[in-house]
Amino acid sequence: MFEAVAVEPEPTRAELVKDLQARIRRMQRSRLDTHELPAHPALSPLLPGGALMAGSAYAVTGSTTLALGMLQAPSAAGAWCAVVGMPDLGVGAVAGLGIDLERLVLVPQPGRQWLAVVSALIDVVSVVLVRPPASPGEAAASRIAARLRRREAVLVAIGEWPRATAALAIGDSSWTGLGAGFGRLTGRQVTVSSTASRSGRPAARRLWLPGPDQALSPVTQNIGRRSSPSVH
Amino acid sequence: MTETGARLLVLWVADWPVIAYVREHRGVSGAPLALIGSGVVQSCSAAARAEGVRRGMRQREAQSRCPGLRVSRHDPGLDARAFEEVLTALEAVLPGVHPVRPGTVAVRVRGPARFYGGERAAALRVVATAAELGLPGARVGVADGLFAAEQAARSADAAGIVIVPPGEQAAFLAPLPVNVLGDPELGGLLPRLGIRTLGGFAALAPGDVAARFGPDGARLHALAGGRDPRGAAPRIPPREFDVRVGFETALDRADQVAFGVRGIADAFIAGLLAQRLVCTAVRIEFTTENGDGSDRVWLHPRSFTAAEVVDRVRWQLDGADLRSGVTEVRIRPDAVDPAGAHERGLWGTGPDEGVHSGLSRVQGMLGHRGVLTAVPAGGRSPAERQAMVPWGDRPVVARDPTPPWPGALPPPAPATVYAVPRPLSVRDAHDRPVTVDERGALSAPPAVMVSQTGARRRLTAWAGPWPLDERWWDAREARTASRFQAVDAGGEAWLLVLDAEGWWAHGHYD
Repeated sequence: MFEAVAVEPEPTRAELVKDLQARIRRMQRSRLDTHELPAHPALSPLLPGGALMAGSAYAVTGSTTLALGMLQAPSAAGAWCAVVGMPDLGVGAVAGLGIDLERLVLVPQPGRQWLAVVSALIDVVSVVLVRPPASPGEAAASRIAARLRRREAVLVAIGEWPRATAALAIGDSSWTGLGAGFGRLTGRQVTVSSTASRSGRPAARRLWLPGPDQALSPVTQNIGRRSSPSVH
Repeated sequence: MTETGARLLVLWVADWPVIAYVREHRGVSGAPLALIGSGVVQSCSAAARAEGVRRGMRQREAQSRCPGLRVSRHDPGLDARAFEEVLTALEAVLPGVHPVRPGTVAVRVRGPARFYGGERAAALRVVATAAELGLPGARVGVADGLFAAEQAARSADAAGIVIVPPGEQAAFLAPLPVNVLGDPELGGLLPRLGIRTLGGFAALAPGDVAARFGPDGARLHALAGGRDPRGAAPRIPPREFDVRVGFETALDRADQVAFGVRGIADAFIAGLLAQRLVCTAVRIEFTTENGDGSDRVWLHPRSFTAAEVVDRVRWQLDGADLRSGVTEVRIRPDAVDPAGAHERGLWGTGPDEGVHSGLSRVQGMLGHRGVLTAVPAGGRSPAERQAMVPWGDRPVVARDPTPPWPGALPPPAPATVYAVPRPLSVRDAHDRPVTVDERGALSAPPAVMVSQTGARRRLTAWAGPWPLDERWWDAREARTASRFQAVDAGGEAWLLVLDAEGWWAHGHYD
C-alpha cells in the first residue's frame, strides 16, 4: 500500500528515545481543544499529527502544486481558502487538484500591505496560502501566529517562514510522458520531504504531483519506478 | 379603433450619450469623443462627426478618420441615470412625461397646449427648460403619432421646433429616406428595389408588404404612412429613495463622516423596506469642499443592511484620494429587489456572511479589483482558460468553457501561468536559435533554453511544435503560434510558445 520510499537505517537507542519523546509531544497538543483541518491522505504522513493543525503555519518550498495540494482537503471539506501574492496562479491546475473555485479567494497583488491583508483574511477563511513578497520578520510572524491560533486557521507559506510547524520541500522531480520530440506531459513524481520543527525528524515520501488524473497521490510500488516516457 | 396615435410632442437631445459622458467625467464638451459599444461607435460628439466619424463605424476606422479621437466605453446605465435629472425637470413643467429612451421623451401635447396657449408656446417652454439644464442640442417636434413626432424633432435644426399640422404627418414623412425606419434589412433592401423614400414605401399595397416582409415589415409600412398607433404612456414618477446629508463644516476624518452618515443609512434602508424592497447595489457619492468628489457602486451578494452601508462609506473614503473635507454624502440605490426574494433561511447563511464582510474589508484596503475569484473560461491557452472576477461582482465570462475547444492542451494544466509571458530564447545543440518554418517544421531539436537573465537550462525532453492558428477571421484577435512542452535537466517542466515575436514561457509546471 502506501510505502515511504526513503528507507531509514536501524534506529539506535538514543534515536529511539528521541523518537518516543517526539511521539509523546505530538500527543500532548499545544492546547487542550486543538482543532484539525483535514490533510490530503498523500500528505498526512508527512505532517506532524497527520493533519493540518488549526493555528499553525507551514512552509513549502519549490512547488506551487504542492502548496496547492495542502489546500485540497480543507477545500473539499467545505472550508474557504485564500491565495495571496500569486498573480501567476494557474486556475486550471487549482481546479484539477480538486480545490473548489467557488470557495477560493485570490489577492494577487497585496503590495506592501500583505501582512495586513493576510491578517484580515485569517479572520474569515480557514486556509491562507501566501507567497510573501519579502521575508517576514520574527515580529510579524509571531503576530500572525497569534492571530492564527485565535482564529484556528492555517497558513501555508511559499518559501521560508519563521517557526513553521513543518517545512515541506520537493526534490528528485521526474516527469513522465515526454520524450525527445514526442509525447506530452502526463504526470510527475517527486520526493516530498518534510521537517517538523518540534520533533526535528525528517520524513520523505514519493508522490505523484500531479498524477495522470491531475490529482495528488502516493507512488505505489507496482508503478513506482516507471519513469521512462510513454511511447504512442 | 384609431389608426393614428395621439398628438405628441417629442423632445430629442442630440448625442445624449456623449453629453452624459462629458457631464459624468467633467470633460471638455468640444473635444472629439466617441463611445464604443460591441466594437462599433455608438455615439460621437459633433467635433468627431465633423471629422467624418459616424455611428455604427468600427473603432479602428473612426480612429483612422480622426486621429485625435478620444475613445471610451459606452455605458447605457450612465445614459439612463443622467437622463433622470432631465425627466425630473420636465415633469415640473409638463404632466405625464413618457421616456422613450435616454435622450428622447414624448408628451401628449393637448394639455400643455391648452395650458401654455398653443403648441408652439408649449414647445418653446420645453426648449427653454432644456436650455436651463444646459442642453443646447435639444430639439422639439410636434406631430400625430410617436414616429412622426420623433422624425420632426430630428429634422429640426439646433434649438429649433418643427410642428407638423394635424393630419399632414404622411406628407411630412414622405420625402425622408427609408433608413430612418431604423431597420438595417429594409434600409438595405428597399433602395435596391428602387424605393428610396418613406413616401415610396408607403405607396405599396399593405397586403403585398405584409406578404413579403412579414408582420415587422407591415408595422414599419404603417409607420412610413404616418399611421403610428403607439401613444405616450406617462411614467409614474419613481419614489425618491436617495438620501443625502450635508455637513456645514467639512469633515476630513473617515470616522466622523461614517458617524454622520449613520442616520441617513438607517433612513435609506427603512425607506426601501417600507416599499418591500431591499438594495443589492448601492451608489455612494461624496462632494468635497473644493468641488471634487468620489462616486462608486458597491455590490452585495445578498442585500445591504444599514451598518453595511456605513461600512461602504468608510471604505470608499479610505480608498478615495480626497484632498479636502467632505461636505455632502449621497446614498442612492443602484439595484433593488423585492424583499421576498431575499428572505434569509433559518440555517446555513452564517459563515458566508462573515467571509463577505472580511473580504470587503480587504477590498477597502486594496481597491475593488484587489480581491478576486477565479472562474473557468473557454480558450486554447491556459491564460485564456481562466477569468478573474472582483469579489462581489456577478461573473461575466466572455467565452463559455463548456463547448469543446479543439487544440487546447490536455491536462495537467500548469500551476503557474504567467500573467505577462516571460521572453526567452531556445537554442539547439550548436547554440543556434530554434525556429519553425511556415510548414511547421522545426529547424533543429531544441537543446537549451536561455532566460532573459542569461541563465541556461539544458532540455532533456521536449515535444512540439503544436500549431495554433486561431481567429484568423478577426484582425485584432488573430493569433498564430507554435506550442511546446519541455523538461529541463532539473526536472522542471515548461510550456513554451513560439510566435512571430520570438519565444515565450507561458507556463511553468511547478
